[in-house]
Amino acid sequence: MDFKPCVNIRKEWDIVGARQLGREKAKEIGFGTVDQARIATAISELARNIYLYAGTGKICFEIVDDFEHKGLQIIAVDEGPGIRDISQVMEDGYTTSGGLGAGLPGVKRLMDHFDIISEVGEGTEIRASKWVR
Amino acid sequence: MENTKLDLDNYRSLLKEYLLTKNETALYQAEQFSKLSMQHNISPEEIIHVHIEALKELYPDLTQEVNDSLNFLLEAMISYGLAYQEFQTLREKQSELQSEISVAASMQQTLLSTVKPEIKGLDIGAISVPANQMSGDYYHFVTDKEDDTLGIAIADVIGKGIPAALAMSMIKYSMDSFPENQRNPSAILENLNRVVERNVDPSMFITMFYGLYNPGNETFSYASAGHEPGFYYHGDQDEFEEIEARGLVLGATDQATYRQFERKIKKNDCIILLTDGVTECRIGDRFIERDEILQVIKKYIQLPAQEAVEQVYKHFERLQEFQFRDDFTLIIIRKEV
Ligand SMILES: Nc1ncnc2c1ncn2[C@@H]1O[C@H](COP(=O)(O)OP(=O)(O)O)[C@@H](O)[C@H]1O
Ligand SMILES: [Mg+2]
Repeated sequence: MDFKPCVNIRKEWDIVGARQLGREKAKEIGFGTVDQARIATAISELARNIYLYAGTGKICFEIVDDFEHKGLQIIAVDEGPGIRDISQVMEDGYTTSGGLGAGLPGVKRLMDHFDIISEVGEGTEIRASKWVR
Repeated sequence: MENTKLDLDNYRSLLKEYLLTKNETALYQAEQFSKLSMQHNISPEEIIHVHIEALKELYPDLTQEVNDSLNFLLEAMISYGLAYQEFQTLREKQSELQSEISVAASMQQTLLSTVKPEIKGLDIGAISVPANQMSGDYYHFVTDKEDDTLGIAIADVIGKGIPAALAMSMIKYSMDSFPENQRNPSAILENLNRVVERNVDPSMFITMFYGLYNPGNETFSYASAGHEPGFYYHGDQDEFEEIEARGLVLGATDQATYRQFERKIKKNDCIILLTDGVTECRIGDRFIERDEILQVIKKYIQLPAQEAVEQVYKHFERLQEFQFRDDFTLIIIRKEV
């Protein structure tokens, strides 16, 4: 496996760092401006969740290039409290920002593939990928 | 892909035309374009992207600042795009819910439907109209071929909408399951009270009036569980009298007992039963008085009973500007001979 570039999230300004690195990767792979903006927004949401709910964690990037897809995977990992009811969290309108379309359902919309693994008391790992068209 | 390309060509030519002519036609076409884009779930950032691309093709020497600033605008629009998509999904969900409720409402109508009996010597009229799709009011006639008695139940769930409707369906099924020979108003209410107490959320109350008319001795016996009092109409004096019957609402405690009352019914007299959807009609911010209701009923009471209840309903429907706030149920029973 490749060495994965990561950004540690400890304070709010680290969100900007994660966006920056993600955008660079996205540009490198060949995403257009619209998709770059979408990827950056998804990173913001994931990084802000780490900052708000887990305190600390990291955002890593993995370039995907196999037979099927070419694209970017964002991996958000923390050892925070975990998410008890993932289905509920993924329902539109559940987020505290309800009605603004953001939050985890928003990340799922912005990206092409989305997956959460979370254990209460252990932490959360969210993977979200987007393919170059 | 094919489509967006088409759209880009279209957008570019619209933009070009507008920049050249500054005319309203091009702006009107832009409006059409925007509607079409919405139909195809195209989000605002994509439109801005199309705009940037079209502009670059029309003006290859676009300054870096203008280009950058448009990209900045694109970033700023991302959240609007997301909110729009969420709105779309919620709208689809809403219309699914709407059609589920319609199905439930028509099921409820079938479940709660009651046949208005033809009974010699009695003229019966009944109307029940829900404020929303599903009703929390309920009335039911029970006839007995052997002794010609007529049982009348009228009930109202405090609360509206789907929870009220579910509670009502439960009442209907409990009543159906009571033994045939149990037709005593106070016993029926006492049984129902226990069912409600055990099965319904304590925050929900149900009021009910149960009456039994026995043509053999021309007697009407009845009991009430906190239900809106009905009226007895004296045909000879053209006057109303409140039917008094006190009792606890169903479900308040499991030990409630209901006192049973009796009265003789004279020729041309009427029994009028209703729910608070009738008595709590509002004109502007004011509830109408019970006297005003009686005036309206009086106006139509000489009509055949079914016509009378319909006319009273129409009267209040107009008075409330065709927007009832609560389910409306009214029953008139006249003794003809
Ligand atoms: N990394 C995480 N660790 C623990 N809980 C989380 C995490 N991310 C999200 N959550 C929980 O999921 C909920 C929904 O998150 P999200 O969809 O981003 O909306 P919002 O942050 O606006 O509430 C949060 O309120 C939080 O309870
Ligand atoms: Mg969030």
